[in-house]
Amino acid sequence: MSSPSLLVHDLMAGYGERTVLDDINLTIPSGRNTAIVGANACGKSTLLRTLSRLLVPERGKVLLDGLSIHRLPARRLAQQLGLLPQSPIAPEGITVLDLVSRGRHPRQGLFARWSSADEAAVAEALEATHTTELAERAVEELSGGQRQRVWIAMALAQQTGVLLLDEPTTFLDINHQIEVLDLLTDLNRMRGTTIVMVLHELNLAARYADILVAMAKGRIYAIGAPEKVLTEQMVWEVFGLASRVIEDPVTGKPMMIPLGRHIACEPSRDRVEEPIKNTPSAEICA
Amino acid sequence: MSEPLRSDQLCLAAAGIARIRRKRARRRWYVWAVLLACLLAGVALTLMRGQSFTPSMTLLRALGGADVPGVGFTVRELRLPRAVVSILAGICFGLGGVAFQTMLRNPLASPDIIGISTGASAAAVFAIVVLSMSGPAVSIVAVVAGLGVALLIYALSWRRGVTGARLILVGIGLAAMLQSFTAYLLMRAPSWSLQESLRWMAGSVNGVQLNQALPLFIALLFFGGLILSCSRDLEALRMGDDIAEGLGVRLTATRVSVIVAAVGLVAFATAVSGPVAFVAFLSGPIAARLTSRNGSLLIPSALVGALLVLLGDYVGQFLLPARYPVGIVTGVLGAPYLVYLIIRDNKSGGAL
Repeated sequence: MSSPSLLVHDLMAGYGERTVLDDINLTIPSGRNTAIVGANACGKSTLLRTLSRLLVPERGKVLLDGLSIHRLPARRLAQQLGLLPQSPIAPEGITVLDLVSRGRHPRQGLFARWSSADEAAVAEALEATHTTELAERAVEELSGGQRQRVWIAMALAQQTGVLLLDEPTTFLDINHQIEVLDLLTDLNRMRGTTIVMVLHELNLAARYADILVAMAKGRIYAIGAPEKVLTEQMVWEVFGLASRVIEDPVTGKPMMIPLGRHIACEPSRDRVEEPIKNTPSAEICA
Repeated sequence: MSEPLRSDQLCLAAAGIARIRRKRARRRWYVWAVLLACLLAGVALTLMRGQSFTPSMTLLRALGGADVPGVGFTVRELRLPRAVVSILAGICFGLGGVAFQTMLRNPLASPDIIGISTGASAAAVFAIVVLSMSGPAVSIVAVVAGLGVALLIYALSWRRGVTGARLILVGIGLAAMLQSFTAYLLMRAPSWSLQESLRWMAGSVNGVQLNQALPLFIALLFFGGLILSCSRDLEALRMGDDIAEGLGVRLTATRVSVIVAAVGLVAFATAVSGPVAFVAFLSGPIAARLTSRNGSLLIPSALVGALLVLLGDYVGQFLLPARYPVGIVTGVLGAPYLVYLIIRDNKSGGAL
């Protein structure tokens, strides 16, 4: 499967009067795994929505293999570009097999019958996500991790060269987060699928993505390899958080350690000198 | 998935899911067949049993056009038109209702709850009483009014997008207004019988004629075909707008086709039988339970709708102490379900 390239040119987008994204120029390299990171409300999800044409930009364009995605016929675009929104809702009573089979929608005409190619794609998607044995279960009965694998299976059955995911690991335990990200990495390495995902967790983004896109206030702050992008300065300027970035002893990727106000054994130079106030813990975490 | 998937393993998986698919398809056909058999049995029952019993051989001869004394008129002029119109109207209500419920992802969003059939009914009464119209012209007025009401609901509930809950509340309000308008019009037509008035308030197939079935049948072919052609897109819409669009569904085009087709079906049926209470509202949920959500609900809902009207009419005519129009019977069936839905949504934090 050839992986088309995705190019964003001079993009401005928003909701009604409110401009969320401005002056975005971006090349998503084909066949790589790109993660978009940034603070809440910085426009990450809006960028992903614009890339997947759920949102029509006010200015600029998004080009898929040189063609504007907002001009392509819906079905043809859906054959090349898959999308998994944040916490999607499964229809009441739908089984795993039915849900995953929906991924074949863009490849089925009005009167087309279910073909062996469709069946093979669904089988492959189920196998790849280890959900074959769940095929007859109702999606609503599954655990959060299983459910997310099923949604990814649906996107896989769509067999697109590009897959966009909005926070695919939200609400998952750490083991399920790793499972989902491993699965996406497999997909990227074995099929060459271009992956673009919005991620909250900086360290996981740095570990799994080939390219990090850091966004702040609706603009792109930095783009490049995780080693280049994930720096103490970036964390400070994008998230407003003092941190230390060290090398992950396991992967050699950069790893960010946040400095809160209550650090137990901090070397003296960065010690945040502030008396402990009677603040609710939630505020400290924020 | 650390190593590439082996092809024999894939073949095995594919064969496995193909088997599941065949099993589910068999079960689906089975439910359809049972519903169809019930419908045929219902038709036989309503044709044979009325004030008098008609044995099956006599019935067939009478249907074939033979002049059986005392039976020919009853069967051909009274029972047959009633059965045919009941089935056609029931299919129209069932399809239109489930299309709306699926598209708006809410069982309360059916055309008879949100005022579309009430609007069509009010327009039909207006056309007959005030404009002295009759025949297909009434249907056209009803369809236009139904579409107008749909548009009005949409416009009134628009505030930076339309949410299901607001649309339903606006629709319920409009339905109440339109119903009082119908009642007002009926008061000004004193020559009408109670039965005739009840047709336009609750729905009835009293005194229908076979020539009213033809426009209904044509409408069903046209609008029903349009809805069936959107079947897959409708199923995709159940997963939310974002997923549907990601799967290549053209949201606006699908919505417009479904609304026009569903309103057309409901309005054409209403112009003949009046707004038969709750048939559109009940058919989809009953079909969903009968099929355990196996496949598209369109066809099973259509069959359930036909059964509801046909049997509701029979019950109203012969099994109750007085003669009631079908709408009263289906209304009694539907009201508890409506209460149940509202309680359930209230408990689950209003998953409207």
